[in-house]
Amino acid sequence: MEPIKSIRSRTAVLPFTNIDTDQIIPARFLRATTREGFGKHLFSEWRYDASGNPRPDFALNKPEAQGCAILVAGRNFGCGSSREHAPWALTDYGFRAVVSTEFADIFRNNSLKNGLVPVLVDEATAEWLIANPGVEITIDLETSTLALPNGKAVKFPLEPFARYCLMNGVDELGFLLSKNAEIAAYEAKRVQA
Amino acid sequence: MTSPKTMFEKVWEQHLVAPQTADTPAVLFIDLHLIHEVTSPQAFTVLRERGLKVRRPDLTLATMDHSTPTRTEQVFGGEPITIESAAKQISALEKNTAEFSIELLGLQHHQRGIVHVIGPELGVTQPGKTIVCGDSHTSTHGAFGALAFGIGSTEVGHVFASQCLLQTKPKTLAVNAHGKLRPGVTAKDLVLAIIGKLGVGGGTGHVIEFRGEAIRALDMDARMTVCNMSIEAGARAGMIAPDETTYAYLKDAPRSPKGAAWDAAVARWKQLPSDPGAKFDKEIDIDASALEPMITYGTNPGMVIPVTGSVPARNGDAAFDKSLAYMGFEAGTAIRDKPVNVVFVGSCTNARLSDLRDAARVLRGRKIAPGVQMLVVPGSQQVKKAAEAEGLDQVFKAAGAEWRESGCSMCLGMNGDLVGAGQYSVSTSNRNFEGRQGVGARTLLASPLTAAASAVRGKVTDPRELLASS
Repeated sequence: MEPIKSIRSRTAVLPFTNIDTDQIIPARFLRATTREGFGKHLFSEWRYDASGNPRPDFALNKPEAQGCAILVAGRNFGCGSSREHAPWALTDYGFRAVVSTEFADIFRNNSLKNGLVPVLVDEATAEWLIANPGVEITIDLETSTLALPNGKAVKFPLEPFARYCLMNGVDELGFLLSKNAEIAAYEAKRVQA
Repeated sequence: MTSPKTMFEKVWEQHLVAPQTADTPAVLFIDLHLIHEVTSPQAFTVLRERGLKVRRPDLTLATMDHSTPTRTEQVFGGEPITIESAAKQISALEKNTAEFSIELLGLQHHQRGIVHVIGPELGVTQPGKTIVCGDSHTSTHGAFGALAFGIGSTEVGHVFASQCLLQTKPKTLAVNAHGKLRPGVTAKDLVLAIIGKLGVGGGTGHVIEFRGEAIRALDMDARMTVCNMSIEAGARAGMIAPDETTYAYLKDAPRSPKGAAWDAAVARWKQLPSDPGAKFDKEIDIDASALEPMITYGTNPGMVIPVTGSVPARNGDAAFDKSLAYMGFEAGTAIRDKPVNVVFVGSCTNARLSDLRDAARVLRGRKIAPGVQMLVVPGSQQVKKAAEAEGLDQVFKAAGAEWRESGCSMCLGMNGDLVGAGQYSVSTSNRNFEGRQGVGARTLLASPLTAAASAVRGKVTDPRELLASS
């Protein structure tokens, strides 16, 4: 995983609430055994028509949305299925952060493990970002802030451990494996009980 | 004296390998890791890349359900599996489980089935356990007083390598269901009403405990239906305290403790229910006795109304308008008598024996309407066998429905069991998201009673109309 210190990008906006992981990556694309190449199927049903041509009215297909690394979306983003293919598709497409007023728990967990930063903001900030697609914003991990074009910085919650992993490009497995002695002690205690 | 604890807090504390600190999440031990063909291959790849082993193959159980065929000739008759990528996932799981010494209930195994149906059926799902699976409907197992939740593929790898997960402690939410459900109103209707009340994000960050008279009266199949859909309210997990109903269900299950071990287990399980006076972070109340059969009209499970009701309006909500446009519904119109093309009875929500009995109760001596396709897919091979022993398969076939081998099937269509674009499906599954049952498919979630009644009339139907005359 690439270390992430900060992300500066224009935003792409999907103004809908409750965008579920079936929309992010439909089930028929999950018949894979690797984690690569899901970006081309991201938001497949919304992005392409029945013949596979891009729908010109879909936000991500517009010329100004090309190359955006930050997605702004409505409340409860990533609800539904636990498929990690959702953050895999978003990062493979080029997104590094998603901004919303609420994230589904499993999606948030999965995102943090894949270098996709879930940026939880208040209603007013979200409303402004949704009303102003394409603005350039900066997400800084060290300070856990989102800087708006007017210079205003909005704090977002990020657990110290998740921040450390994202900023250093390390995954959590190493930490878990370092707990081997504690795990073994727990197992021994359970066998006796 | 220690302060009163919720059931969730007891299970959580019993599984802490290392507590949460200011800088690090808690390390939580996992008692049972269920795996399937779709979300595990990438985790096995990580083990290989890092030269790691599965720490506790004895606490890991594999089956295949999501992309498996439901046609008998493909499961048992030697015919090739139609979808090549599905066949590849199935053979990858066979290879991975053999290499890492994990027990697999494979395609032709008599105990295979949907992962959330077979865990309880085998008796490996037990009160007080921590249970995870790379599938959001793992919440189902909470019906036994287990702490059970869905995880991503990276976390599947974590559990393989360490038998633990890094977790931040969730909050607790009590859902108190008062009164008794009326005839024709089922656990599915109850949980749909709860999701309607909470909203699809109302449970985010919380573990729900379902409590109250209406919950106590439910059998285990029905309790599993309720906990199964906790995730549709955004909850991390759903739990129901174990009681005599729970113990009676588990007593003769193939892998439940036997003899003295059984008595010791029950004594331990009896300590699990929330202490009197235990505080929940949030509580809601629902009057179960006032509920009617429920059905969804939109593209998330929170968009739900009584089957006697009308599609509501919500001004200025872009997602709501988009949803109604997708469904082809207009605000203010009655949901009753909307056309139905496909009926699906199946999924980890409603494919256990009592669900099939409910559907058969409506269909016995009746035919499904001309032009309607109805698929009945049992939750497991054991459920299939039990249903056939009672002659339920004959009821379904005589009515004109298809009777298949077990699997997730049309709930998400990964195996090719799909609803066509623009078609209306009344489904006993758990998600009515856009395209969930097929590109352009329109899903209405309901109970097995409502699904079967709608198949008979070829229109959305209140099952009480048919139950009264049968």
